[in-house]
Amino acid sequence: MNEPTKFIGRSVRRLEDRPLLTGQGRFAADIYFPDAWHMRVVRSPVAHGRLVSIKPEKALAMPGVHAVWTYKDVAHLPPIGFRLTGLAELEPYRQTVLAREEVRYVGEPVAAVFAEDPYVAEDAAELVEIAITPLPVVLDASGPPGAFDGDHGTEAGVIEKKSGDIEAAFRGAHAVVSLELSIGRHSGVPMETRGAVARYDAATDILEMHGAAKVPHWNRDRLALMLGRKPESIQLYEGHVGGGFGIRGELYPEDVLVCAAALAFKRPVKWIEDRREHMVAANHSRQQHHRISAAIDKDGRILGIDDEFFHDNGAYMRTHAATVPDLAAAMLPGPYRVPAYRARGHIRLTNKTPCGTYRSPGRYESTFVRERLIDAIAAATGVDAIEIRRRNLIDKNAMPYDLGFGTLGTRLVYDSGDYAKLMDRLLDVADWPAMRRNLEQRRAAGELAGAGFAMFVEKSGLGPFDKVRIEMSPTGAIDLITGVASLGQGVETAMAQICAETLGVDYADIKVVHGRTDRIDKGLGAFASRVTVMCGEATRQAAVKLREAACTAAATLMQTPVEALHIVDGAIMRTDGSGPSMRLDALAAAVGGLAAEAEFTSSHMVYPYGAHVVQLHIDADVGALVIERYIVAYDIGRAVNPMLVEGQILGGVAQGLGGAIYEEFLYAENGDPLSVTLADYLMPTAHEVPSVQVVITEDAPSPLNPLGLKGAGEGGVTPVGAAIASAVDDALQWPGAVTRLPISPQRLKALIRRSARRPGAAMPPGR
Amino acid sequence: MKPSQRVNITLTINGRDYAIAVEPRRTLADAIREDCGQTGTHIGCEHGVCGACTVIVEGEPIRSCLMFAVQADGKKIRTVEGLADGETLHPMQQAFMDHHGLQCGFCTPGFLMLAVGVLEREPDISDEELLDVLSSNLCRCTGYQNIIKAVRAGAKEMRHR
Repeated sequence: MNEPTKFIGRSVRRLEDRPLLTGQGRFAADIYFPDAWHMRVVRSPVAHGRLVSIKPEKALAMPGVHAVWTYKDVAHLPPIGFRLTGLAELEPYRQTVLAREEVRYVGEPVAAVFAEDPYVAEDAAELVEIAITPLPVVLDASGPPGAFDGDHGTEAGVIEKKSGDIEAAFRGAHAVVSLELSIGRHSGVPMETRGAVARYDAATDILEMHGAAKVPHWNRDRLALMLGRKPESIQLYEGHVGGGFGIRGELYPEDVLVCAAALAFKRPVKWIEDRREHMVAANHSRQQHHRISAAIDKDGRILGIDDEFFHDNGAYMRTHAATVPDLAAAMLPGPYRVPAYRARGHIRLTNKTPCGTYRSPGRYESTFVRERLIDAIAAATGVDAIEIRRRNLIDKNAMPYDLGFGTLGTRLVYDSGDYAKLMDRLLDVADWPAMRRNLEQRRAAGELAGAGFAMFVEKSGLGPFDKVRIEMSPTGAIDLITGVASLGQGVETAMAQICAETLGVDYADIKVVHGRTDRIDKGLGAFASRVTVMCGEATRQAAVKLREAACTAAATLMQTPVEALHIVDGAIMRTDGSGPSMRLDALAAAVGGLAAEAEFTSSHMVYPYGAHVVQLHIDADVGALVIERYIVAYDIGRAVNPMLVEGQILGGVAQGLGGAIYEEFLYAENGDPLSVTLADYLMPTAHEVPSVQVVITEDAPSPLNPLGLKGAGEGGVTPVGAAIASAVDDALQWPGAVTRLPISPQRLKALIRRSARRPGAAMPPGR
Repeated sequence: MKPSQRVNITLTINGRDYAIAVEPRRTLADAIREDCGQTGTHIGCEHGVCGACTVIVEGEPIRSCLMFAVQADGKKIRTVEGLADGETLHPMQQAFMDHHGLQCGFCTPGFLMLAVGVLEREPDISDEELLDVLSSNLCRCTGYQNIIKAVRAGAKEMRHR
């Protein structure tokens, strides 16, 4: 594994950048077809109500308006199905592409206007008259359940994970530590809003949809099912994608509408979401309320953890079904030994925007909860929080470590890890004891300054398969074709690096083709930090096959035994360096091209891990958190491109800070959304995001793939809320002060006020 | 809207004149993209917060979603398509590539035009002021660190040109 490499492990520049830097990108809105109609969705202005009537006449009378659809026009389309964790009991809660009898959130599609121009479509949408009789709203997922419809309540299901004897653990406990914690509603909010452009070609009977992302093959198959067509008669095209973060690329009502409309009207149909729509219509995520208890022995060792939580999934169950609460329940134990465990997650429906995954789904939430719990155990026992973690960490010799339950159709078995080593490395880089001493002095001088620490285990490389075909044309051009997707992470570069290393060519000579259902028959897409692991290993295997095929073909032409040949810098030559060589493109021309295909299957995920340290102070006057230092340590097994890994982590930290401090989708008491522009949903800017130090380690390569790869996509975001909460506690010298995210300025100021009234509390400056 | 209600204007984008007829309410961003075909300018929010649609009008970086096309009649507009000199990237574009200052690339044209526009007027802007300037645009992928690095490196390179 340590032989010198040319590409794997090197921070080479991205192949993706040039078109994006020169304005030549092709995002969904950049796709134009002549004579396209433009769709505008008419959305419910009411959080819950019965649809009485929809009158499209005035809209239809406008010049340039071609059609208005309501439910009756799409009644033949089934509701959108589940892609992951699709429990049968959740099916009654699926969303139809247009509202049928009831509307259940502000922003729910009620009608669709088709017009010659997007401005006209938007004008006409305002003229569609909707009459709705309001019904009572349910906004609190942890309160008593309400009615979803005549037959179903708002508790759609319960997720349960168990191991060990939880009752015995609590019976035998020296002490029990209990907390009640909440995570706010926030989401990915990519810079590019959603968009879809559909076109039906009658000559070939092919329906195309452009603007696909994340999971093009699954969406194609599902569209085929919904529209009653053969999958081969639908092709999805993923162009450039302006950020995914879990929320983009799932099959949404609007995608189905443009496809159905293109078929019905025999016209290209284009829909580009505006930002206000995005804030109420694209998946939200995260909102959970946990009641958690730990049974501990006298030394603060965990005997058992019992968690009951309420997951606010909004108005419907979308493609992710139970994925987020399932991951929250399954991944809550993190890097610690938990001999007895029970988690019960109530999946609740509310009259808010429906939810799906957002980068580090379930783990951002449960890492906040778990790390709060560990800090509380430290406070309860009077043992330092780092020491408590050390006492409870899973030992490296216990790997592989089976948690005793599963998630996402796989059994949860940590494949490899040396958690204590990573913790020590981070504490060393941070100079933790000095940091703590310095902060103590500053607090003694009246400052509200503190440090936080949080650990986590991530998951990545979800199977069960991915496939790669590498084609070398007779001209020598190399295409690497895959069914994964690219959302901006650098997939093309990373895959080209693995291919180049294995094949013996320059990475810049490899063209990576993704998001094209017409170029490869199957593929699972880009989510769950799976691409580098699954597609990376498939790429390596396909490249090995192509290299062997090339050497075999060359052996005949070069009259050399195949075992004496290898490929270096695009030339086939003898391994001893003697004799003539042959350029790979010359070989390709001579044999009429070459191709190889490989499919990597895996029934287990791989588990990277990490820890974050943050140092901050509180500006008590304005309730601001000022981050002074932020350090991430992350074990990736093996980094294909450290620059890209670091880029993923930096971006993740920024999003984590958003959820920890600034971002929240808020609702009025009647269910009206209050966070509908980027001026009231506050995402961090260059001012708020600190300079982050990233330490990437390769202590624990995965034993589940030959390169030892693990994913990079989510470890930047996972423990940010937990680390910030811990630092705020420290700054206020109030263990357990933070019980909910985000720690907005209002909430922080309230904490500061309450903190000052605590017995023995030092007065904050200026109070 | 009837054709008669449209206004004839000329937008000069990257040195080329586009004679177009637009409704008075049409945003400059839409006119640049839809009427002039320059789709490198991206629309991220249409309410002036994210800055993805930043272009340079008469030397000033502006948000093209907050300006009407008719207001830009006869004005010189520069967009991301005009930055490179043939195959040679502008130093700011090169710096973004060298410092991994982009991931999905959607916000990138806005950041490039913002940085170039400001640095052409104030080549010696302080690091602190530059951070202020950059905090006016949003990026959701990079966490800004590499954008800041790239802009500082690009600024240095622009000063040396």
